[in-house]
Amino acid sequence: MNRQRAAGPLFVAPFMVLFLLLFLAPLGYAAYLSLFQERLIGGTAFVGLDNYTQALSDPQFLHGIGRVALFFVIQVPVMLLLALAFALALDSGLLRLARVVRLGIFVPYAVPSVVAALMWGYLYGPDFGPFAQLGRSLSLPVPDFLGDGWMLASLANIVTWEFVGYNMIILYAALRTVPEELYEAAAVDGAGAWRIAWSIKLPALRPALMLTLLFSVIGSFQLFNEPKLLMTIAPDVISSSYTANLYAYTLAFTGQQVNYAATVSFLLGLVIVIASYAVLLTANRRRTP
Amino acid sequence: MTTTTPTATTAGPVRTVPAATPARPRRGARRSTPLTIAMLAVLAYFLLPLFWLLIASTKSTQDLFNSFGLWFSHAPQFLTNVRQTFTQDDGVFVHWLLNTVLYAGVSAVGAALLAAAGGYGFAKFRFRGDRISFNLVLGAVMVPTTALAIPTYLLFAEAGLVNTPWAVVLPSLVNPFGLYLMRIYAQDAVPDSVLEAARIDGAGEARIFFRIALRLLAPGLVTVLLFTLVATWNNYFLPLIMLNDPDLYPVTVGLSSWAAQAQNGGAGASSDMLALVVTGSLVSIVPLVVAFLLLQRYWQSGLAAGGVKQ
Repeated sequence: MNRQRAAGPLFVAPFMVLFLLLFLAPLGYAAYLSLFQERLIGGTAFVGLDNYTQALSDPQFLHGIGRVALFFVIQVPVMLLLALAFALALDSGLLRLARVVRLGIFVPYAVPSVVAALMWGYLYGPDFGPFAQLGRSLSLPVPDFLGDGWMLASLANIVTWEFVGYNMIILYAALRTVPEELYEAAAVDGAGAWRIAWSIKLPALRPALMLTLLFSVIGSFQLFNEPKLLMTIAPDVISSSYTANLYAYTLAFTGQQVNYAATVSFLLGLVIVIASYAVLLTANRRRTP
Repeated sequence: MTTTTPTATTAGPVRTVPAATPARPRRGARRSTPLTIAMLAVLAYFLLPLFWLLIASTKSTQDLFNSFGLWFSHAPQFLTNVRQTFTQDDGVFVHWLLNTVLYAGVSAVGAALLAAAGGYGFAKFRFRGDRISFNLVLGAVMVPTTALAIPTYLLFAEAGLVNTPWAVVLPSLVNPFGLYLMRIYAQDAVPDSVLEAARIDGAGEARIFFRIALRLLAPGLVTVLLFTLVATWNNYFLPLIMLNDPDLYPVTVGLSSWAAQAQNGGAGASSDMLALVVTGSLVSIVPLVVAFLLLQRYWQSGLAAGGVKQ
């Protein structure tokens, strides 16, 4: 028993050591750095929470957060509803070629977001993008996908394309674990397909939906790859502070404002944790009124 | 997620989802043609960009501008493009591919083993501080990795690790969600009775782990491995900030640097850069897509384990 007591910590030690060094230490370091400011004269000075007050009234930071919040509020419901619809369609058993459809929808997940953003960027293109080409040859107006008014929607489309399949598989896998007897019992009671979906399948999907929602919060708020890639095609539309994460990157690597960048990263992490908790709490309250 | 979700229930038995089973054959259920057609339309949307990429990789940069995007041009030159992609800048693209394989492979194997040992330790042993340590890891699932990346960069810069492969591999080794998955997996996949029996036979704990537990954990291990592999293969932010020597780039950062060149340097039909970006993109996604098709059984059961249990 003694030997056993010693073994537990030894098994978790390698992970926990790296976790401390590579997870908690950077977090602590960011917190520490965020309390200092580099001054032209006098070097680095302790400034308390000055960086935070600066960030919280910094329009570039606030716009970045606002933009990803808007993105989250619109893109995530669309993506999750689509994923849910596809998962239910696959699970219904009414589909021919179900395997092909499932794989086809999932395949974009295996495509790096860099490649996804590049491909869609070229597809959106006003010169040789096929949509623009088709529009020209049919004399139909094609929206300026890379223009100011459309950019957020274009980014949302890329992210949706990448992750619908991933979310669909999580939901579909959860559906497959519903015991067959439940359906049989419901059928005996005269429940139709819609009724079964509403009363049996959706409740069974709750934990899986929570998981996908949580991952989506984390993903949306740290949006970076797609806007960074499209920035090279549409530099006038996507500024270097388009999303909060892009802003932190710009501050650290082009502005050399290390302390402020750490503040922005730290705040962004805080926003994500708060948003995640808010989502979890709301979802939980709705279940047990 | 025990701490983060108040809805948490204790984990039931892990149900590995049989991905290979066909959709539920329900009595009296007929295949629906309208639904099938609707889903095929959906499928077209998801495959359109990949179809475009396939077509585009057969074109010269000039034809990319001058021919219809969704069909072949008069002078397909796929092999020329591939050859140019691989020989551009003294074959730097080959470096990128090998770097990606190296970073993703080492990270995935390392992360999976660390998560397996940790998950097993948390699932099967009680020790001082086990609960608080595990909750700390669980909470970390919510901390965004990209928000962590900049402070990590600053720390690594002080330690002199920036612009080395370590800078990309080390942070990828810690996968809190992987540890969480391995813990719930280990709880059921490794029965206590088996451990007790081995102990009575006099086997040491390390031996029990490597000889018995690891084998029972194999399916869970493969899932964590696969997902870390995809995550690191596709990673962009971390290598982008950590590396500045093109010879060390993974393929994602390399392609984005080419894309930037195509846009700024030789914009227009005169440069060959665009064709290289397109062909390089195609070449870079083939291995992962193939791997996913071959390993469907694993990724599906892995996603199931994460989605069913909280």
